[in-house]
Amino acid sequence: MSAFTPQYLPGGEPPNSGHGRRSSPWTWRWSDRLVLVCAWTAGIGLCLLSAAIVIYMGVRGIQYLRPGLLFTRPSVSTSQSQSGGFLDPLIGTALLAVIGIALAVPLAVCSAIWVAEYGRPSWLARVVESAIEIVAGTPDIVLALFGLAVFQLGLFAPLSFRAEGGGVFGRSFVAAGAMMSLIALPPLYAATRDGLLAAPAHLREAAFALGKTRIATIRRVLLPSVRSNIATGVTLGISRIVGDTAIVLLLLGETLHIEAQGSVPGLNVLRGTGSTLTTYVYDNSPAGEGAAPQKAYAAAFVLLVFVLCLNVLVDRIGRSHSRATGLALSGGAV
Amino acid sequence: MTAPAEQPPAAPAPSSSTGPASPRGAGLLARLREPWPDRRAERTLGAVSLLVGVCVIAMLVFVGVRAWPIFAHNGLSWLGPGGSLESQLGNMQATSVNPPAAAFHLRAWPLVYGTLLTTIVAVVLGMAIAVLSSIFIVELAPARLRALAIPVIRLLASVPSVIYGLIGILVLVPFVGNHLVTASEKASEQNVVELTGAGLGVAAVILTVMITPIMIALICEALTAAPTSWREGAVALGLNPLRALIAVTLRAIRPAIVAAAVLATGRALGEAVMIQMVSGGRSFSPNPGDGLIFFYEPLRTLASAIVDYHEGLGAPALRSALYAFAALLLFSAFALSIAGYLIKLPLRRYQTQG
Repeated sequence: MSAFTPQYLPGGEPPNSGHGRRSSPWTWRWSDRLVLVCAWTAGIGLCLLSAAIVIYMGVRGIQYLRPGLLFTRPSVSTSQSQSGGFLDPLIGTALLAVIGIALAVPLAVCSAIWVAEYGRPSWLARVVESAIEIVAGTPDIVLALFGLAVFQLGLFAPLSFRAEGGGVFGRSFVAAGAMMSLIALPPLYAATRDGLLAAPAHLREAAFALGKTRIATIRRVLLPSVRSNIATGVTLGISRIVGDTAIVLLLLGETLHIEAQGSVPGLNVLRGTGSTLTTYVYDNSPAGEGAAPQKAYAAAFVLLVFVLCLNVLVDRIGRSHSRATGLALSGGAV
Repeated sequence: MTAPAEQPPAAPAPSSSTGPASPRGAGLLARLREPWPDRRAERTLGAVSLLVGVCVIAMLVFVGVRAWPIFAHNGLSWLGPGGSLESQLGNMQATSVNPPAAAFHLRAWPLVYGTLLTTIVAVVLGMAIAVLSSIFIVELAPARLRALAIPVIRLLASVPSVIYGLIGILVLVPFVGNHLVTASEKASEQNVVELTGAGLGVAAVILTVMITPIMIALICEALTAAPTSWREGAVALGLNPLRALIAVTLRAIRPAIVAAAVLATGRALGEAVMIQMVSGGRSFSPNPGDGLIFFYEPLRTLASAIVDYHEGLGAPALRSALYAFAALLLFSAFALSIAGYLIKLPLRRYQTQG
């Protein structure tokens, strides 16, 4: 910036005149300059780090990912060329995301509406808010153990199956999906509530002036106007479900294939066990039993691409929403 | 909470839906389609929201009940040191359906110590990085770089933990084991523990990368929200812009920084899979007296122990131990969320005052 050599100025002394209004970093105390350098390093370093992660996973993924891997079922083998692809884990991931979101959306949207629009008595609303905060702060491994304790109750035997000894196995797609819904709940709730709180008051006033009841206003006016918020929440929820390992590890039974239980089509898969991309990566890494790093890299690459896409999607939805100004009356008003 | 103050003007009650209960099936569906009376909608929505509260209570009850035997046999001293944890957990796994009282003996200090160690190292490291890079993002970076940095850091936050674990176990651990740990260091610890590279150092570094983005998000938000006029006043008094930012704005957003640290601590405490993959999986307590080797020594945290032993959940004693670990994690999560609430109180006050 400035031409002269950095001088060691005693602290507090005003810099020489002739610099204009902007103070040049060269005239700062060296401790300030150190902070400046550290801040630049930290910021750029983090960017480079995430670029490095994406590039490394990309290189490994392209190296080991064959299109066939996506469509062949895994099989048990010690050699990496024989152990098949990861069709079943892919389906498992999709299935869990669908179950989790299907359970989480009504719960989150109802609570957000109730807290934001009714919220009486106010202490009860605060209880609901803090309950969701606690769920958000609970580690996924604890949620997994909780789910296991719940679904091993005799009451829930139809949702998994009974082992020989009479104990309930407690691991199934329903069990894992139910806990996944708790993982997806906080972002969904927060997105919906923020949307409702940001909805302009005149939307409600206009609807009330037309003689709408509160619930009719919510259904016909407010919900359509927060649709994109809900979409953002759903996307965030899916990306959390897709990336979760601990719940799947404990609650999905860790079978290589999707193994159905019972004879009712559709329901038997929900009662059955399986695996997802995350547990597939885990099991094929040196931490799991089968040390097949190539398969693990390929699956991790697919997983990362999923997460990247969901990230971009969140961005897109957010941007289109800010353009739409929240005045979405045309869509839902009767 | 923030329902509009004015009541809806005398809503015409949709009379048809308040009639006697219609037959099930198609009738029920038709009733759902009709406009609901407000009162019933409010009650239904409220009941659904309370389900979350019920879930939290159920979580406390279920985890507590299953963890109870450990507390009943050991009191709170299972958190303390004593004996070899590996053999205690091994005994638990070996017992049958009806374990003798002796099987419940547990002293889990290495796990508590490992959890504290990884969390503290990661949070302290992450805090410094987060504050510095927040300053970078909000103040220093040119607009273009800032537009790039925000999504990039959000990406860092959303990478699944198993991918971090995979990179750790396949890249970092071999690197540390082969290049950083010298043969003499390995030999010096030969009789105590095998140094493979997996351990505190790698776990803490990856954990830092995982929790830093969370802190950055909160700190950046607070930095942008803080009034610029304060800082301008300081600059007018002769401070350089960076010093003014540190002296005035950073000081003003201290509650937000602490809140970020609390949130990150919660995340770090509960991280299970990544730590399990890169921490060596030995119930060993790294000894700070060992010098640099300290960072290469393996450990195990409460959460990663659950992952390590989850296949032994069938053995009642071991199951109870794992649920006790979960109960401890749950308790810390509770304590942290209360702490977060208390910390945010002054922040809220200063925000409402403008």
